[in-house]
Amino acid sequence: MSQDKRLPALNGALGLIVLLLVVQMWLLTATLESYLAEHHEAALSGAVLSAILFSACGALYLFVGRVDRRSRDDRGM
Amino acid sequence: MRADDNERAAWRDEFPIRENDERYVTRRQFARFLVLTSLAMFVGQLWILAKSWLGKAPRYAAATIPGAVDLPVGGSTVFDYPETGEPCLLIRRSQDEFVAFSQKCTHLSCAVYYSKDNDRIECPCHVGYFSPRDGRVLQGPPPRPLPRVILERRDGELVAVGMMTGSEG
Repeated sequence: MSQDKRLPALNGALGLIVLLLVVQMWLLTATLESYLAEHHEAALSGAVLSAILFSACGALYLFVGRVDRRSRDDRGM
Repeated sequence: MRADDNERAAWRDEFPIRENDERYVTRRQFARFLVLTSLAMFVGQLWILAKSWLGKAPRYAAATIPGAVDLPVGGSTVFDYPETGEPCLLIRRSQDEFVAFSQKCTHLSCAVYYSKDNDRIECPCHVGYFSPRDGRVLQGPPPRPLPRVILERRDGELVAVGMMTGSEG
């Protein structure tokens, strides 16, 4: 990836992580609400979806780390 | 002056990192914080899942509601069920019809009361209204119906024998 594309890519990845986190927060709230209303069937699907969102966040974190490291290497830091 | 310079140099050796550098948060650190937050959310989901799978259905003991039969029609009273410190609201809707609900609002646990004039259960904190027939939400921010107390008549006394959430009813 060229130097001038790295910064937008990093910012985009960070923005996407924040977005996924907001969805995950909503999901946790909704699942807790269902649990308190004795709807236990929502717990499994909520956990699976949360695992997917967490995995996506982890993948984006690895991407951010890799791009950031490459950028530092190029600048000799 | 030379002594001051030496002292200053020693001080800089002790604290080699500038304050601004110390407070600087890299993108990688910020991303790590976000991912750890995401992990915490996931752990929370797993906790709910474990509670759903491993949690046992609560058992309730029968308890006589004192003074229930003397309650006038349209009247209400508060009693503790299933344990002391768990207030419930008993309403006599007709000569033979009693209903009872948890007195804790499902929004933020404020104490609800029965409004005879409006024939509804009201929460004064955020103007949430519940139906006195089945405890369902009529208006306001409460997300769930009021948990209902199961009542039985035994030897002329009114007895609470269990609780059920609004979604079960």
